[in-house]
Amino acid sequence: MEVALLRRIACTVNGVQREAEVEPRQLLVYFLRETLGLTGTNVGCDTSSCGACTVLVDGKSVKSCTMLAVQADGTAITTIEGLASDGQLHPLQEAFRQHHALQCGYCTPGMIMAGLGLINEGADMSDEAVRLGLEGNLCRCTGYQNIVKAIQDAAGKLRGASAPASAGTGTGTAGMQGGS
Amino acid sequence: MTQVAEPEVTRYVGGGLLRKEDPELLTGQGRYVDDLSLPGMVWLAFVRSPVAHANLTRVDISGARNLPGVVAAYSGEDLAGEFTGPMPCAWPVADRTMPDEPSSDPRVPDHWPVARDRVRYGGEIVAVVVADSREHAMDAVEAVDVDYDELPVVLDMEAALADGAPMIYEQFGGNRTYTWSLANGEVDRVFAEAPVTVKERYYHPRLIPNAIEPRGVLVQPSPATGEFTIWSATQIPHILRTLSALTLGIHEGKIRVVAPEVGGGFGSKLNAYAEEFIGLAVARKLGTPVKWVEERSEGYLATIHGRDVLQDMEVAATEEGKLLGVRVSLLADMGAYHQLLSPIIPILGAFLYHGPYDCQAYAFSCTAVFTNKTPTDAYRGAGRPEAAYAIERIMDALARRVGKDPADVRALNFIPPFSEPTAVASGVFFDSGNYGAALDRAKALVGYDELRKQQQEGRRNGKLLGIGLSSYIEACGVAPSQIIAALKGGAGGWEAATIRCHPTGKVTVVTGTSPHGQGHETSWSQITADALGVTPDDVEVLHGDTAISPLGLDTYGSRSLAVGGTALFKAAEKIRAKAKTVAAHELEVAEEDLEWVNGRFQVAGAPDKAKTIPEVAFSLWTAHNLPAGVEPGLEETAVWDPPNFTFPSGTHVCVVEVDPETGSVQIVKYVAVDDCGNVINPMIVDGQVMGGIAQGIAEAMYEEAQYDDNGVLVTGNMATYRIPSAAELPSYTLDRVETPSTTNPLGVKGVGEAGTIAAPPAVVNAVADALRQVGVEFIDLPVSAEHVWRAIEHAKEGGQG
Repeated sequence: MEVALLRRIACTVNGVQREAEVEPRQLLVYFLRETLGLTGTNVGCDTSSCGACTVLVDGKSVKSCTMLAVQADGTAITTIEGLASDGQLHPLQEAFRQHHALQCGYCTPGMIMAGLGLINEGADMSDEAVRLGLEGNLCRCTGYQNIVKAIQDAAGKLRGASAPASAGTGTGTAGMQGGS
Repeated sequence: MTQVAEPEVTRYVGGGLLRKEDPELLTGQGRYVDDLSLPGMVWLAFVRSPVAHANLTRVDISGARNLPGVVAAYSGEDLAGEFTGPMPCAWPVADRTMPDEPSSDPRVPDHWPVARDRVRYGGEIVAVVVADSREHAMDAVEAVDVDYDELPVVLDMEAALADGAPMIYEQFGGNRTYTWSLANGEVDRVFAEAPVTVKERYYHPRLIPNAIEPRGVLVQPSPATGEFTIWSATQIPHILRTLSALTLGIHEGKIRVVAPEVGGGFGSKLNAYAEEFIGLAVARKLGTPVKWVEERSEGYLATIHGRDVLQDMEVAATEEGKLLGVRVSLLADMGAYHQLLSPIIPILGAFLYHGPYDCQAYAFSCTAVFTNKTPTDAYRGAGRPEAAYAIERIMDALARRVGKDPADVRALNFIPPFSEPTAVASGVFFDSGNYGAALDRAKALVGYDELRKQQQEGRRNGKLLGIGLSSYIEACGVAPSQIIAALKGGAGGWEAATIRCHPTGKVTVVTGTSPHGQGHETSWSQITADALGVTPDDVEVLHGDTAISPLGLDTYGSRSLAVGGTALFKAAEKIRAKAKTVAAHELEVAEEDLEWVNGRFQVAGAPDKAKTIPEVAFSLWTAHNLPAGVEPGLEETAVWDPPNFTFPSGTHVCVVEVDPETGSVQIVKYVAVDDCGNVINPMIVDGQVMGGIAQGIAEAMYEEAQYDDNGVLVTGNMATYRIPSAAELPSYTLDRVETPSTTNPLGVKGVGEAGTIAAPPAVVNAVADALRQVGVEFIDLPVSAEHVWRAIEHAKEGGQG
C-alpha cells in the first residue's frame, strides 16, 4: 500500500494558531478531534445528515465531515470549546441552558454552532426561519422546540434587540407557536 | 399559645431547577466513548454479511492479516473458544396461555457474537479485524474473503408462518417463535352477543431508534490482574457487567463497566451486543486496549430495530358506543435472533390494549415470528405504543360506527377517576387515574368544539382539516420482581441508591440508574435536598460506573424516577432515622420530642433547639459523643422493589391540514395533557414529553425501515431513513393533570416514553379524520405524503381507501 503524502496546513482554531501535517484524505472533523484533541465536535453519521459535527469556518457554519482538513488551510475555525470565556458561558450556550434545549448533549455542540451561524449571518429569527435554518441538524431528544427558543433568545441578546419568543418550556403556553 | 405555622423553607421538588449536567455538555467537555483513547489502543472493525440468509462456506482472513497496521483478524471459529455460551436473552418467552404455565420450552436460537456456519440477517458479523488505527481496520475489512452459499429469505411474517416456508431454524420446525395469550372474562360470548363489533388491521412499521450518538465500546485489560474496564455507550452498565462475566467466563468482580456520557438510547442501548463481547474477548486475547465505534450505516444493521407488529384489533360495544370487550391478535417480527429482551417486547403491551377504558371481556394473543432481518427489541415505548395505537385507532372507528364524536365515545368509556389501585379488564391493577380531566383540558386548550365547527364549514384554503385524539395509558416503573418472575423473566426489577453524608455537610448520592439525557443528577439532587434539608448544590450525584455504584439495574422503561428515585427517597428516610437518634441524644430529649420541620430536627415547642443533618453528620464522623449502639458515619443504602407498575396517562390532540392535491400533511396544532403523577422537575418533564412527541410524530409520518425482496435494508443510512428535523416538526402546547401514583411514596409515574406512545394515534386519527372528507375510509401508519396521496387517489377511483 502506498504511503499517502502528508500536507502541511496552518489555521487558527479557537484563536490559537495551529500547524499540522495531515493526510489529504483526512476530514476536518477528525483533524479537530484526533489531531488537535478537540473532542467536543461530535460525529453522528456517515452521510453528512446529522450536523453533530458543525463548526464555524471563517464565521460560517460548516459540517466538518463535509470538508477536508487541507481545505481548512488558512481559515479561522471556531469549535464548541472556543465559545465560553473566563468561565462564562457564551450567550447562546447560556440560552440553551435556560431553555432546556439539550438532553443527552450529543447534538448540542453542532446545534449551537449551527445556531450561531444563523445569528451571525443575520438570519430572520421567526420560528419558521430558524426551523428551516436548522434543517441540517438532527436532535433525537428534545423535539427541537426549546432549541428554537434558545436561538431566538440569544439572537435577541447578541443583536441587542428583543427576541420574538418568550422564555420557559411548553407548559401552559396556550395557543399556536407557529412552527411548520 | 397560638401555633403559627412556620413559613416553608424552599422546596426544590416541583421546581424547574436548571440542569446540573448542562455546563459540561454545552462546552464540549462531555466525554462520550469515542472521545476516549488509551495508550497502545487498537481498533476493531467487523466484516458483516451483505446477504440476509446464507451458509458460510469459507471465511478467509489471511488477506487482512498481511496489511499494514493490522494486528489480528479472526473468523467465528477462531473466537469460538472465547465464549462460554451464546449471547444472552434475558427474557425468553414460551408458548403459553396466561396464567397457565408454559406448554413447551421457549425457542431461543443460539446467537454467537461472530457467525460460525450460517448468517441469518444482513449485517451479521462474520469476521473481526484489529488494527492500529480506525482507517487501517476499515481497510482490513475489505481484504477478508467470505463465500456465501445463499439460502431463500424469509421476510414477511405471514409468509414465514405458511406451510412450506423456508426455515431459519430447522430445529424449531418452523419460523414461529411463540404464541402467548391471555384472556379475562367471557370474551367469545361478549363478542357473539354484542350489538356492535368493529374490527380493523393495523401494521406498525419497523423503526430504527437513531440515538444521535452511535454505539461504541472501549475495553482496557489488565493482563497481570485479570481485570477489565469496559467503557460502553450503554444504558445498562450493571447488567452488561453481569452478562459479560457470564458470557466470557470472567470473575464479575474483575469487570468494571463505565457508561460515560451516553448520547441518547431510546432502548437501542438497553442491550448486550456482539461488539461488546467481542471487544472484551479481543482485549483478553491481545492484552491491549481495544476500541470500536459504530458507523451510522453500520448501526442501521447492527443495532436493534423496534416495532414491526401486525395487529388484528376488535372491539365489541353497545349501540351507544359503550365498550363491552376488546380482543387483539398480534404478529410480531423478532428478526433473526433474540437480542436481550426481543421476545418480551410485544408482551409489554399485553395488559394495555383496552386503554384507559372500562370493559368486561379482554383477550390478547401474540405470535412472534423469526425473519431474516435485524433483531427487534426495545425502542422507546416498547409494546405500549402498539397497544395505544390499536385501541385509539379503533375508538375512532367505533365512534364513527355509532355516529358519535370521538371525544364523547372516549368520555363515555373512561374508567371513572380513582385514587387507589383498581382492577381493570386485562386483570392488572392501575395505580391511579383521572382520564376525563386530561381529555377535558386537552379539548379546552385546542379549542375542540370550535375546530369541529370549522371542519363542518368545509375546507380551509383548499386544505382538509382533521382532528385526532389519543387518550393513552401506559405502564412504567419496570418492574415488580414478582411480576417479572410470573412472566418468566430472568432478573429482578428493583433499584438501589446510597446516600453518603460527609463531615463537611456535603452529600454524595450514588444511584443505580444510568442516565443518558434524562437529567437524573438534577432531579435526584432536588429529591435529596428536600429530604435532608440541604440545597441541590450540596448534593453530588454519581452514576454509570459499576466501581462507584456497584448495585443497580439501570435505565429503561421509564423506571428511573419511579423505582430509582424511590430507592433514593427510602435511603433518605434511613439517613433521617439515624440522624434523629443522634440529634435527640445531642439535644438531650427523647426522639419522640423531635419533629422534622423546615429541613431540620427541632424540639417540639422549642424551635430554637434544633439540629441539621450536616451537623449530625459531623457528629457521626467525629464519633466523640454517640448514643450507645450507634455506629459512626452517616451513610445508608436502600433497595426498592416496587409493588406494582405505574400507569401514566393523558390525552393528546393533533390538528392537521391535508393538501388533497399532494397528500402533504401539516400539523397545525398539537396539544398534550399528560399525567405522570407528581412532578419533580417540570422543565425536565416537559422536555421528555416534547422529545417523545417528536419521535411519535416521526413514527406516524416519516420513518420506516424498508427491506427489498432479498432482505437488503434499503433505508440503510441517515440519508434514506427520514428522521424529521426542526423544519418538519411543529411546536407543542403542553399541560398536565397530576394524580399521584399509589405505587411509590413519591407519587411519581414516569414520563420518558409518554409522548412516543401518545403521538402516533393522535396524528393518524387526525389524518384519517381529514381524509374521510374525500372518501378515504381507512389509512394506517405512516401517513407520509405519498401514502396519503395514494389513499386519496384510490378513493377517487372508488376504492376503499
